Amino acid sequence: MQDSFDLTKLIFGRLSWDAIPLHEPILLATFAGVIVGGIALFALISYFRLWGTLWRDWITSIDHKKIGIMYMILGLVMFLRGFADALMMRAQQAISFGDNAGFLPPHHYDQVFTAHGVIMIFFVAMPFVTGLMNYVVPLQIGARDVAFPFLNNFSFWMTTMGAVLVMASLFVGEFARTGWLAFPPLSGILASPGVGVDYYIWSLQIAGVGTLLSGVNLIVTIIKMRAPGMDLMKMPVFTWTSLCTNILIVMSFPILTATLAMLGMDRLFDTNFFTNDKGGNAMLYVNLIWIWGHPEVYILILPAFGIFSEVVSTFCNKRLFGYTSMVYATVVIMILSYLVWLHHFFTMGSGASVNSFFGITTMIISIPTGAKIFNWLFTMYRGRIRFELPMMWTVSFMLTFTIGGMTGVMLAIPAADFVLHNSLFLIAHFHNVIIGGVLFGLFAGFNYWFPKMFGFKLNQFWGKVSFWLWSIGFWVAFLPGYILGFMGVTRRSSHFEDPEMQWLFVVSFVGTLMIAGGIAALLMQIYTSWRDRKINVDVTGDPWDGRTLEWATSSPPPDYNFAFTPVVEDNDTFADMKKNGWKRPLKGYVPIHMPANTWAGFVISALAMVVGFAVIWHMWLLTGFAFFAMMVAVIVHTFNYKRDYYITAEEVTRTENAHTKLLESHV
Amino acid sequence: MSEHHNHGHDDHGHGHHDAHAVHYSLKDYTIGFTLAVILTVIPFWLVMGNILDPGTTRFVIMGFAAVQLVVHMVYFLHMNSKSEGGWNMMALILTLVLLGIVLSGSIWVMYHMNVNMMPNMGDAAEVMKHGSHDMP
Amino acid sequence: MSEINATMNGAAGAPGIDAGARYHVRDHHPENGTMLGFWIYLMSDCLIFASLFATYAVLGRNYAGGPSGAELFDLKLVGINTAFLLVSSITFGFAMISAQAKNLAKTQLWLVVTGILGACFLGLELYEFYHLIHEGAGPARSAFLTAFFSLVGTHGLHVLFGIVWLITLVVQLGKHGLNVENMRRLSCLSLFWHFLDVVWIFVFTFVYLMGTLP
Repeated sequence: MQDSFDLTKLIFGRLSWDAIPLHEPILLATFAGVIVGGIALFALISYFRLWGTLWRDWITSIDHKKIGIMYMILGLVMFLRGFADALMMRAQQAISFGDNAGFLPPHHYDQVFTAHGVIMIFFVAMPFVTGLMNYVVPLQIGARDVAFPFLNNFSFWMTTMGAVLVMASLFVGEFARTGWLAFPPLSGILASPGVGVDYYIWSLQIAGVGTLLSGVNLIVTIIKMRAPGMDLMKMPVFTWTSLCTNILIVMSFPILTATLAMLGMDRLFDTNFFTNDKGGNAMLYVNLIWIWGHPEVYILILPAFGIFSEVVSTFCNKRLFGYTSMVYATVVIMILSYLVWLHHFFTMGSGASVNSFFGITTMIISIPTGAKIFNWLFTMYRGRIRFELPMMWTVSFMLTFTIGGMTGVMLAIPAADFVLHNSLFLIAHFHNVIIGGVLFGLFAGFNYWFPKMFGFKLNQFWGKVSFWLWSIGFWVAFLPGYILGFMGVTRRSSHFEDPEMQWLFVVSFVGTLMIAGGIAALLMQIYTSWRDRKINVDVTGDPWDGRTLEWATSSPPPDYNFAFTPVVEDNDTFADMKKNGWKRPLKGYVPIHMPANTWAGFVISALAMVVGFAVIWHMWLLTGFAFFAMMVAVIVHTFNYKRDYYITAEEVTRTENAHTKLLESHV
Repeated sequence: MSEHHNHGHDDHGHGHHDAHAVHYSLKDYTIGFTLAVILTVIPFWLVMGNILDPGTTRFVIMGFAAVQLVVHMVYFLHMNSKSEGGWNMMALILTLVLLGIVLSGSIWVMYHMNVNMMPNMGDAAEVMKHGSHDMP
Repeated sequence: MSEINATMNGAAGAPGIDAGARYHVRDHHPENGTMLGFWIYLMSDCLIFASLFATYAVLGRNYAGGPSGAELFDLKLVGINTAFLLVSSITFGFAMISAQAKNLAKTQLWLVVTGILGACFLGLELYEFYHLIHEGAGPARSAFLTAFFSLVGTHGLHVLFGIVWLITLVVQLGKHGLNVENMRRLSCLSLFWHFLDVVWIFVFTFVYLMGTLP
């Protein structure tokens, strides 16, 4: 900043009209689409006079159910963006051989694969997983909400604002070109002087705060708010995996925060954490970021394992086999996930002793997962299996994920990894476990809990179309990756010279189109289900003959979840209750104490996003103002001591009676 | 950092929880403070006065830090195995374990990385102990 | 229809009347989770410091031809600062004792004293930083100095935040007195403040004292 004082510079920093990518047709088309869609949405909301409802019932809501749904909507919307990135990459790779340069120049392609990774992990998988945990866990433990409802709202909006920043990078400026983990020195200020890496840092820092706080929230919820009688070893398995997941979140995200902050300081303040000179060490970044990164993948998969446990026991009409060993396996995985991180960079040069230690720990960590698979299989054995969609997804998971896990064990051998690291084999492996494990788990959970959330069942036909397209399409898309990886093809490449390989990339692209079909079918499933919602009503609230407490409520549950807090006597609480002649209580309702809505979560998060945007563009004046406003908003919020209200006994009576009527009319 | 908040009421039904509520006593704070002062002054004196050789000094002051940590935990933070049904202690132990892994793991890994991958660092062990005084 | 038996511990009502009654409790108040939640947040904060300490451990001797800790650190100044922080810990303790005795004025007084001591700590630290930067030993000079400034600076930022929180709480105590919510907030700030002193133990040991040793 050696220039003389310049007001424009102070206000606008490095933001200028050049930042808008007018010369990129794909972006312009996307922007046009977003504008048109945005205006249409705006108009619809205004026409139906829904702004008040939107603010009161959703934006300011502290209801874990609403927040859970909003998380899942965020995940779904961002999924479409992340998949668009995938389609573009596959199309480019299928055609870009020899003289054909394809349609994505390298500087654009690099942003696409970076955005694809960042979005899929941080703004699709994490929000969806968080959304499910948010929705289901309080119901499963018989609670009325999470421990810190305001914080829950704040966490959601912080995550969303992170997503907003990523999306903004499409239209104002550019995104990082460094890959989803942004290793220095490529991500340092010398090699990436533009705004891309700054967008990356700030969107993840803001979203990261949200994730961390929601981790604290769910841990305290599970520890403190379980219904009377629900000891730890009587909790549903999904709640157990949620507990371990959130412990992982709390114990790993701070490392991401610190490491990204260090990268940010290198870029902004000329510090020397990861520089090539003055004593910096770029390898330290890789080390630290993967200490976070490995627990992160377990954060993604553990909830999916929990979903499968619920689904398998429900649709086999049996208690889960080996509940205790399931719990122990989950806890062991949680601890071991901190002892394997170096397997992500065997090739960086730590030598034989270090590599062998981490190679061995990596192989050991596959054992508890194996134990879980056996438990599910033993649950299915001699069960009366109902192949509803959640169960179908579970079976597909078992086949897909297990193979993906096995390729992981191959990669755990350092010598093998020296050949396969950063090849398409690696890409195939992690997509295999993430799609086969996390995504299929989310689809199973989505199909399983959708009726509970919305009060009507999902369309089965389109669900099955989606299922088959995904299950087959995945293999068509990624099997070529394994082959190409063995042949030595490196990842993140937008152009190839050897035409003999092209057919494999084309097969991959076909697989991607099948997956696109699967996604389209999913959207059709949602649309047709909504269209037929009056026909497919979930009357009883228990469409699957469920075994856990969330099925003891109406679909959707009332704001207060349970008119009377349940008392727990055994595992599979609801199954136990049904067996012992449980009846819904019909009178004697009492007023229920509930937390009140809040404006503060949305406002503080929006201001945080403005701070991030301002710092990215070096708009220091705006940074100062927005930060100050944020602090004021926080302090003003803390002066609000009246954050609760009572639902009157009359209102509870009315709600419960309405449900009683519905049940009686459908007998 | 925003405040976390649950129901504001608890005039009833919580009396039996106050059994594990913290009791602040002058005695505790005085003992803690005195111990902390001693455990601080001695390390400073050892280093500033060059009393022992550097290697021994390192171990001694690390030990004093560890002890002072416990003093703070017990007398200022009122850490015990009963608060919050033992969950506070469990969280602390897990954090300390992971802290150990992060610190020792990073030092071990980075030492090997430096030895193998950083040219002109000479003896990496020496560098990590005594510092590189050359411009890289 | 049978009445719901309101039981706190789920014991069965008169048998045969309503087998389902044992599955409901009428009036359930879950325990407040604020203290546990804040403790867990503090544990996560420990990990931020762990990352910074690990960074310092790895980079702490990379002087890049520039000054080392032995050449730069003024242990007398650090000793004074340590005293400020340690005394502020006990004055916060006095505030908690006053709050326990329901003495509002004394609570606020000791809080203010604590805040002043914290401000002295920060002031001295800023002076130290300014002095170092002035001497050409700023965070951009070498990886060692980068690690130093970020670790000590992050601790200082936490102290600053604590002071802002403290001032806010003193005002809120004036408005609402020592009610249940404010007692909870006091307890949280107490944990936060002592935690910062704990981190400082490791800062002065590993950064300043060990950094001075050859």
